[in-house]
Amino acid sequence: MPIQKGMEVSIAVSEAVKLANVDVISAYPITPQTHIVEHLSELVADGELKAAFIPVESEHSALSAAVGAAAVGARAYTATSSQGLALMHEIMFVASSMRIPLVMTVVNRALSAPINIWNDLSDIMAQRDCGWVQLFAINGQEAVDLTLQAFKIAEDPRVLLPVAVNLDGFVLSHVIEPIELPDQEAVDRFLPVFKPTLRLDPDQPVSMGAFGSPEVFIEVKKQVEEALIGSQKVAAEVWKDFGDIFGRTYKPVESYKAKGAEILLVTMGSITETAMTAVDSMREKGRKVGLIHIRLWRPFPFKEFFQAIREAKCLAVVDRALVPGGVGGPVGLEIKSALFEKKERPYVAEFVAGLGGRDLTVEVFAEMAAKAERYAKTQKEMRYEMIGVREK
Amino acid sequence: MAKIDALHPWKEVPLGCAILEAGNSRQFKTGDWRSKIRPVTDQEKCIKCGMCWIFCPDMAYNQRADGFYDWNSYYCKGCGICARECPKEAIQMIAEEE
Ligand code: SF4
Ligand code: SF4
Repeated sequence: MPIQKGMEVSIAVSEAVKLANVDVISAYPITPQTHIVEHLSELVADGELKAAFIPVESEHSALSAAVGAAAVGARAYTATSSQGLALMHEIMFVASSMRIPLVMTVVNRALSAPINIWNDLSDIMAQRDCGWVQLFAINGQEAVDLTLQAFKIAEDPRVLLPVAVNLDGFVLSHVIEPIELPDQEAVDRFLPVFKPTLRLDPDQPVSMGAFGSPEVFIEVKKQVEEALIGSQKVAAEVWKDFGDIFGRTYKPVESYKAKGAEILLVTMGSITETAMTAVDSMREKGRKVGLIHIRLWRPFPFKEFFQAIREAKCLAVVDRALVPGGVGGPVGLEIKSALFEKKERPYVAEFVAGLGGRDLTVEVFAEMAAKAERYAKTQKEMRYEMIGVREK
Repeated sequence: MAKIDALHPWKEVPLGCAILEAGNSRQFKTGDWRSKIRPVTDQEKCIKCGMCWIFCPDMAYNQRADGFYDWNSYYCKGCGICARECPKEAIQMIAEEE
């Protein structure tokens, strides 16, 4: 039986990549992703992981090389953060539209300027529309588990899409947590060798990434979109298998003390655990506050989301990215649009907070919950509110 | 028009829009949008060096048994590269009828 050991989350993620038995890692180091790829390059150099490590000259090349490797049938992996992810933008679309199954860890960090190496979700939210499956880990164990699951989701013949596993920079990636690394034998049972549906093979030549004229382009896009939407069903199966083998269960949307809650905080990523502590203390004071967190961001799990919020009178959405000039942040935008089809819907208080590594403490969550309750009472018209901005 | 295969419904488009048939670019009629000029070779001047064949970006030249190069209107888009590269100035670009 595997036991829990204290280890840095980045190191644990690299160990998960090793357990997934990847064939090719192509990566360029960038803070705060660095520890992951450094450790992987050590594992390869020490002969502990039999894989090719391609030290490329930029993130554009990192993802391109991973796409190429997956196209020939390798299990391919890369990782990045912030500016590095922005540099991959072009290839993000290429990877999904070419139906390339690969896994990338995104260690979330703010985008410049000003230059900032700390955490928020502006990097991945700028890649929202690239056609990738996008998952968010709230702690180190999830980061490990989601990494293993990501390969199985990506490589399923019904999906064949790239998967991004998101974890917060520093506040999650660099902390030491108790983590259970699964046994290799169990991982091999869970995650068999990748069998590509289509691959570059000199004996059966095909061309990938060719021209697509107006007569075919929209059909290709429809196919990618259906595969992405369909990946949710596959993710559910993968989570079922994972639970059977490893005993930890996963859902696209998770609830915490949501039963009987009138106000629900809506979070993503590692801030969720701080928000849970805030919920605990508000509950102790008799306030009807709960929480949901979105683990599967793309494809958005509409049904499970509606189910999770059905009893709430008010949602306090915590966005850690801004859609400049729009209605607030990407999560708030998604939720408000999703709710538009519902006749009965909760009041949505939308907050943009924690940008560029600004601390989100228990008190800040309590403040947002209190504000949301107040605004809901008067049905205050609001687009969004930025939390913690100094006015003077 | 070049031959276009029956257009697929979205479910039948090959995965990721891959091309499953090797070498089918042969069917692609690049001569479709030829500018209104085309090359003509003067065999009196031609020394069979093959520069036109090498430089043509659309594979519009094929060598015959006698060593001269045949021009193929199916692929030629009238760029004039062959005329420019021919060391003997054996190729002239002439206007085409509408
Ligand atoms: S004009 Fe251009 S395309 Fe036509 S034969 Fe000459 S090189 Fe080839
Ligand atoms: S380049 Fe000129 S000389 Fe050489 S083969 Fe072609 S036409 Fe003849």
